[in-house]
Amino acid sequence: MTWDRLGPLLWEAFGQTAYMVLITLVVGGFFGLVLGLGLYLTRPGNLLAHRVVFAVLNVAVNVVRPVPFIIFLVALGPLTRLFVGRIIGIEAFTFSMCFMASFVFARLVEQNLVTIDPGVVEAARAMGASPLRIVRTVLIPEALAPLILGYTFLFVGVLDMSAIGGYLGAGGLGDFAIVYGYRQYDWAVTAVVVVIIVLIVQVVQALGNRLARRALRR
Amino acid sequence: MTSIISFRDATKVFPGRGRGQDVRAVDGVTLDVRAGEIFGVIGYSGAGKSTLVRLINALERVTSGDVVVDGVPLASLGEARLRPVRAGIGMIFQQFNLLASRTVAGNVAYPLEVAGWSRARRAARVAELLDFVGIGEKAGAYPSTLSGGQKQRVGIARALATEPRILLADEATSALDPETTQDVLALLQRVNRELGITVVVITHEMDVVRSICHRVAVMEHGQVVEVGDAYQVFSAPGHEVTRRFVETALRDRPSSAVLARLRKRHAGRIVTVGVDEVAGSSAVLTRVLREHGVDGTVVYGGITEVAERPYGSLTVELVGGGGAVEGAVAALRAVTSVADHGTAAHPAPDAGPVTPPGKETKR
Repeated sequence: MTWDRLGPLLWEAFGQTAYMVLITLVVGGFFGLVLGLGLYLTRPGNLLAHRVVFAVLNVAVNVVRPVPFIIFLVALGPLTRLFVGRIIGIEAFTFSMCFMASFVFARLVEQNLVTIDPGVVEAARAMGASPLRIVRTVLIPEALAPLILGYTFLFVGVLDMSAIGGYLGAGGLGDFAIVYGYRQYDWAVTAVVVVIIVLIVQVVQALGNRLARRALRR
Repeated sequence: MTSIISFRDATKVFPGRGRGQDVRAVDGVTLDVRAGEIFGVIGYSGAGKSTLVRLINALERVTSGDVVVDGVPLASLGEARLRPVRAGIGMIFQQFNLLASRTVAGNVAYPLEVAGWSRARRAARVAELLDFVGIGEKAGAYPSTLSGGQKQRVGIARALATEPRILLADEATSALDPETTQDVLALLQRVNRELGITVVVITHEMDVVRSICHRVAVMEHGQVVEVGDAYQVFSAPGHEVTRRFVETALRDRPSSAVLARLRKRHAGRIVTVGVDEVAGSSAVLTRVLREHGVDGTVVYGGITEVAERPYGSLTVELVGGGGAVEGAVAALRAVTSVADHGTAAHPAPDAGPVTPPGKETKR
């Protein structure tokens, strides 16, 4: 196939990847932050210590995270059908991505929050701050730089996940590389996709590093 | 004076981890802190003093008993009701606990934001506070660029922001060098005198108590083993722990090793005479020796201040004919505490070379 025909297809694949990745970053980033905060806050000895809630969250994260995504996709089928209405297509696939990304990011968030000096949290409590205010004005600002780096890391992971979108007919750059490159023995096409993905990752990582450094002005 | 903080049989038990035993960090403490004083709580690490101070602003809740702050019994209050109580009590910490993501001004403004002050009022109050603690020019700096002393000044400014009636200082000078410690202690004293704020100081350094505290409680194993006027506790320590603390602060009494060396250098009778406000001063010593025709040479000792009153001891070699020395010692015993170490030829090992004078007068 010539690039005359491949070009628009590649552009379409890029659009699909962008759709999957951006939605996952927003939704997964949000729920990951909430879950991560939940893990941190309910940990024994912390602000909202709650043995049962912590145990449930902790086990959930530990169970979901290590499952290979391609298997997770299948296992999540019933839930996907419940929420999206179907188990194939880009919406169904993105739903699964959001789900996995939330759990991956939850652990990253929790690990970054744990490094905050508990004394700072205690000082805020001593000044009469409520837990919600402490989350907003102490935990997130104090851990902002590592959170940004964690989010950048999440981006790369999400991009990786999106590559197998073809399995559920979601398309995307990974699917493009397999269908028009690998299966056609056209290494040039595969190479182009690889270069595009590497460039995207480089740009995003550089952006993340810069933002993190700015957040770390201390 | 009325009491502003009142511990009533307050007990705090931390459940043991795993199969570990429960820890009674604070064990049945009954104690009153008077409005307007600087109250010291001294003890070795693990004595429970940090937990005790956290009961005052309910960062830790009592297991049994109660703590009454400004007339409000805390044990019965829920978490949400405690927040305004906490906001009315300032606290400073050993490690300062400043927000690294905020400037100095931002840190001092934090409690004002919590209390809902408007932006304009906050700015004016922050400027006033930074001025009071003497770091007005650092308003825009981040904490990481400050020295320890400057950080603690920010901590104090932050703790004073909402005009609390009580300031809690948890080992506030333990991370500072000796000179900076004196600056910060002087600042705490100003806070007490100029603003009338009751200050509760937690420390393991007797020097801190000696410099600024009006009254002091000594803690061991979660219990208050001695409490009273700082000067009284110093000059007549009634508990072993107190005695050890007093020794660390005042090195005016010769140890047995020092005494052995003194006896080598000085053949005459060696006595340690207590010097304090109640029992006498070095003027008394001079007068007694003159009256009895005894020569006295100061060979060891020191006089310092406790709670701004003179305190210490002098070790002197007494030389005189006949019973003159005996007479002088007897006359001194009548007005102050005396530890008789005997002479080089006839040492008196039972004199207790490191015994503070107060203990002697009590016997």
